[in-house]
Amino acid sequence: MAIFNLTINGKSKQVDVDPNTPMLWVLRDHLDLVGTKFGCGIAQCGACTIHLDGTAVRSCSLPVSSAEGAEITTIEGLSENGDHPLQEAWIEHDVPQCGYCQAGQIMTAAALLNDNPKPSDEEIENALNGNICRCGTYLRIKAAVKTAAQKL
Amino acid sequence: MTTVNTKLNRRSFLKVSALAGGGMVLSFSWLAGCKPSPEETLGMPKEWFELNSYIKIGENGAVTLFSPNPEFGSNVKTSMPMILAEELGVNWKQVIVEQADFFPERFDRQFTGGSQGIRQGWIPLRTAGATARAMLIAAAAQTWKVDPKEISTENGHLEHKASGKKVQYGQVASLAATLEVPEEVKLKDIQNFTIIGTSKKNVDGKKIVTGQPMYAIDHKVEGMKYAAIVHPPAFGMRIKSFEKSSLMGMPGIQDVFTIKLFKEGYERNFFDTTTFPEVIAIVGNSTWEVLQAKKAFQAEWENAPESKFTMDAFGNKIPVTVPAGLENTSDHKAKMAEYIQKSGNILRRDGDPEAAFQKAAKVIERTYNAPFLAHNTMEPINCFADVKSDKAVIYGPTQAPEFIMNTLAQALDLPKENIQINLARMGGGFGRRAYSHHMVEAALISQKIQAPVKMVYTREDDMGYGIYRPTYSATYRAALDENNQLVAFHVKAGGIPETPIHPNRFPAGAIDHYLAESWEIPSNITIGAFRAPRSNFIAGAEQSFLDELAEEMGKDPIEFRLELLKRAQTNPVGENNDYDPKRYAGVLELVREKSKWSNPPAGVHRGVSAYFCHNSYVAEVLDLKMEGSTPKVENVYAAVDCGIVVNPDAAANMGEGAIVDGIGNAFFGELAFENGKPTKRNFDQYRMIRQQEAPKNIQVHFVDSTEDPTGLGEPLFPPVFAAVANALYKATGKRLYDQPFQPKLEEMSNLLR
Ligand code: FES
Ligand code: FES
Repeated sequence: MAIFNLTINGKSKQVDVDPNTPMLWVLRDHLDLVGTKFGCGIAQCGACTIHLDGTAVRSCSLPVSSAEGAEITTIEGLSENGDHPLQEAWIEHDVPQCGYCQAGQIMTAAALLNDNPKPSDEEIENALNGNICRCGTYLRIKAAVKTAAQKL
Repeated sequence: MTTVNTKLNRRSFLKVSALAGGGMVLSFSWLAGCKPSPEETLGMPKEWFELNSYIKIGENGAVTLFSPNPEFGSNVKTSMPMILAEELGVNWKQVIVEQADFFPERFDRQFTGGSQGIRQGWIPLRTAGATARAMLIAAAAQTWKVDPKEISTENGHLEHKASGKKVQYGQVASLAATLEVPEEVKLKDIQNFTIIGTSKKNVDGKKIVTGQPMYAIDHKVEGMKYAAIVHPPAFGMRIKSFEKSSLMGMPGIQDVFTIKLFKEGYERNFFDTTTFPEVIAIVGNSTWEVLQAKKAFQAEWENAPESKFTMDAFGNKIPVTVPAGLENTSDHKAKMAEYIQKSGNILRRDGDPEAAFQKAAKVIERTYNAPFLAHNTMEPINCFADVKSDKAVIYGPTQAPEFIMNTLAQALDLPKENIQINLARMGGGFGRRAYSHHMVEAALISQKIQAPVKMVYTREDDMGYGIYRPTYSATYRAALDENNQLVAFHVKAGGIPETPIHPNRFPAGAIDHYLAESWEIPSNITIGAFRAPRSNFIAGAEQSFLDELAEEMGKDPIEFRLELLKRAQTNPVGENNDYDPKRYAGVLELVREKSKWSNPPAGVHRGVSAYFCHNSYVAEVLDLKMEGSTPKVENVYAAVDCGIVVNPDAAANMGEGAIVDGIGNAFFGELAFENGKPTKRNFDQYRMIRQQEAPKNIQVHFVDSTEDPTGLGEPLFPPVFAAVANALYKATGKRLYDQPFQPKLEEMSNLLR
């Protein structure tokens, strides 16, 4: 066990955990930020996507020891009032079915729009290809990303 | 106007003053829509008045509607309350939706599956809404001393036009809640609907996009422990012994022990899985710590002997034998090939098929195969349980709380009344969560450690646990006369361990000489309901065969199906044809129009397919484009007849999802076995459809209808497989008979190279 000082959604947090603990479980079990989801644990599904200094990463494969000193953003901190253009577009297009994958989808899309505010269809498809949606909401996800991009 | 007797749904009117209230959270419908003005949104009332099981109204006019069924993504949590709100006559923006706990004394059929939620909830929910409205009217009539018939309602208000009196519902709710439930109520005329048939946003939308806790896997209470399970690595194996002491020294590990799901003498029911009746639990202080111990865990496994027991299948006692042995996909295939040659159990026989085949000028025979599939719900199996000496609270993802209650009661040795099951939003279901063994496992762990616990399966546990879609095979034969006309039709289909045949479905009823036979091969690999069970295979086989047949006969594939349906309508063959040929033809005609069937866009290859299941009719046209040797799905057009559509945009969403699901499984879905072990355990091995493989465009068209609603979550799924296969034939010139298609396509493109 070791103490780690983390910056999550702009706030300082301290946890005492095994250095190999993935950020996913630090967030979910130790910090009660459960919006970040567990899907596969091996960086294959994207359900656990968070931002590390603005870049989308798979928190299930990111040990807490390498997250110290970085700005971490989770779905809970993407916007103050749940009004990030992507979150609004997601509601406008009524994207979710079960909803379980959607935090990861939104976080991946948010990192994409940070880098590339006007992505083409193909760029959206590439960026989101690592995020599985078992319910098959892919078309609505793409449409919502485009709507959000227009508003940025 | 329909009048219904409220007695039929008496249970809905039972009032229990205190709800058990587990993980329940309120969902404000206005959070998920276009933002209403401040006057439109009401704050929380000081007091709630319960009108029946589904409805309570606050003194300020706020309305809480309970959504009875478990939510796994089919959006019943929005559409069921919409039905209540319609008959109650309230403003949707003033509605708060609450997920009901499992409460059989108050609610009928709290089950999500078989695409029956809206169909079977239609009348009970409307009745509950209309009854509450009638009681509010009666309360106003009593207060104003006027005839109830003179009182009208609109948007949560009651009005007596003659005297100019007007109040909002909340002002008479306290009185209404004390009145007798009327014996009979009138339901609204369909043409007067203002909520049903208009698109409403998911009531949980805002929570989903902001990452609020809603799923069982998100649940946490003070003092809660974490648990992982270890199950045998192969079907046909069981625990012999395991090494505990080295794990006990690992950080955060509290205990390691086995749990047995069924007590001696307990009679299992249809939804009790027989997969692994004994598993090992590892309990500790955090998920990561128990997962570390799980990695280090060592056990000896042994082959399980054959086991026999009686199962209670909805009152029928069925003898069940689970065979011994470690099974292989290669053996499965060889055995299935044998069964194809043998005669099967005759399920339906019209005319004299044997003679007709003998006389035929031409016989066409094709065999179609598909593998086992895993559900792979996005949220892995998990459950929270808090079991005390005299009571238990279970909060978990389940489609069917009712079916696990007895199992829980016997395993915990507690009376059913002392077990509370609370319904969590589920990260997908697809049939998998009709089998709630995880609730029993979590409960037994909690009972043993005497603390609340959250048990989480890894993806590997989830994919390796069984309850799969079975592997199937279907052989179709058609006899053509010298004029190339279809005279006889024969289907023989089976699977491991169940047959996919629905003998009375189309094209039965449309052909003079018809034979349907089935066969089944036992296995210890467990299976379960998977989105449109059986239909999800047989539709693809049948509709691929009809396509090939149409071509052989020189007919347009849609025209050919319509001819058969015409025959079934005007002069049906045999009895018990369980489809309506007119509605079936209706969706084919609609998809022909919407897809501009005879006028496809340049460079696309089209396939058509249609199917009837879960009381609904669906036809689909799918367009492929070849990019080099890679097929890309461009457009899918679906025509659906499922009666009245409650929430059209959400219904379209589910239809789109079913189509994407079908495309994914047609190309990639496959689970195989080596020595009883599933060969795929996570998404690096099990290929799922992803964003780049999704179609560019999907259109879901609903037939305008005033018929009562029928199924929707499943019916769009089965026809996809043949739409894909038939389009691939147009694109490649090759018929594909074995799912998944991707390996064959890769083989073909290698040959081209
Ligand atoms: S849980 Fe991290 S990618 Fe799947
Ligand atoms: S909405 Fe269910 S997995 Fe994406």
